[in-house]
Amino acid sequence: MKNVLVVDDSPMIRRIAKKILEELNFKTCEAEDGQKALAAVNAEMPDAILLDWNMPVMDGLEFLINLRQLPNGGSPKVLFCTTESDVKHITRAMQAGADEYIMKPFNKQIVKSKFEEVGLC
Amino acid sequence: MSHAFAALQAFLLKSSGLSLDKEKKYLVEARLTPVIEQAGLSDLGELVTMIETDKALAKLVTEAMTVNETFFFRDRQPFEGFRSAILPELLKQRARQRKIRIWSAACSSGQEPYSIAMIVDEEARQLTGWTVDIVATDIAESVLKKAKDGVYTHFEAQRGLPAQHLVRYFAKRKDNWVINQHIRARVDFRQQNLMADFSHLGMFDVIYCRNVLIYFAPDQKRDVLNRMAQRLAPDGYLVLGAAESVIGYSSEFKPHSANRVILSRRSATPHHEPLRAGASLEQARAAK
Repeated sequence: MKNVLVVDDSPMIRRIAKKILEELNFKTCEAEDGQKALAAVNAEMPDAILLDWNMPVMDGLEFLINLRQLPNGGSPKVLFCTTESDVKHITRAMQAGADEYIMKPFNKQIVKSKFEEVGLC
Repeated sequence: MSHAFAALQAFLLKSSGLSLDKEKKYLVEARLTPVIEQAGLSDLGELVTMIETDKALAKLVTEAMTVNETFFFRDRQPFEGFRSAILPELLKQRARQRKIRIWSAACSSGQEPYSIAMIVDEEARQLTGWTVDIVATDIAESVLKKAKDGVYTHFEAQRGLPAQHLVRYFAKRKDNWVINQHIRARVDFRQQNLMADFSHLGMFDVIYCRNVLIYFAPDQKRDVLNRMAQRLAPDGYLVLGAAESVIGYSSEFKPHSANRVILSRRSATPHHEPLRAGASLEQARAAK
């Protein structure tokens, strides 16, 4: 079973994402900001990361840049999942090493489609 | 089974080839209740009586009952197969004419032809000096209008469409995403009922007819497939939906090695030989 780290400061979003991902047969773990997510990936590198952009302490983009510099940090598929939904943000995320981009609000179809896109579904 | 339901079945079969079995009663209710209310009628019985004479209403019923489910790059295989097998073969087969014609039959709100158009755009370097015509048809004017507008909701724009494609080929307008003019201009949208004669569309090298024939009755399926075979170049390709096959309906097609949704004409010549092209076949037919 593939493991997805859900990084979002909203417990509600984490709960919804977790439910959808479990229905798609993923194992999930959670972190509420970029710094906690870094600690989590240092302990165990997941197969994929569903990543919010705007979070306290460390935001998603900063986390992603840090992640990609870690040994094995290139391996997880990173899918942004954010309310930021303009071309500029999407382009910036992709350039920083994101594999896919989900604009909130999302549903199961979108999550499934994006995980298929990165080859995990 | 009620008389009204039987009358509706007969009407749909005749008007659109749609085969409606009685398990689909819930579908009739879900789709036609708004039409009945809008027309100020009281029930399905009244509706089926009205559509015998009211053409506009008949059209609304057909549009409401035909399935429009679609999304970008749906099922992947038909598009990956186009890029990795069909296009390279056609680049050889049509080297002299430098022209490829593709038909997206029952294109719904346009995601299928636009997905093809995006691939054609990505392969533009190989296609320098080539003409690629994409004709997209649907029976329903309402979805064709949406297709021509090329405006997709937040949800539609995220289904099947990679983020790279979204930023490359779409612009954001309020909460929607609008496909770029140069992709929109690649697709020629036309209203076409597959039950009616479609020979005026000309000859094609590739026909996408996915997840349409599954709703057709066997006779209609046979008829459409055989008329499609006549519109397809001898070395052309028919692309079907993931769960579809022509077995028992047409002997004009055979499986292609690339993947199981792609079929080629049974009369096809091996692709490395110089070809009798679709264009000359068309001329031959026109000369008859």
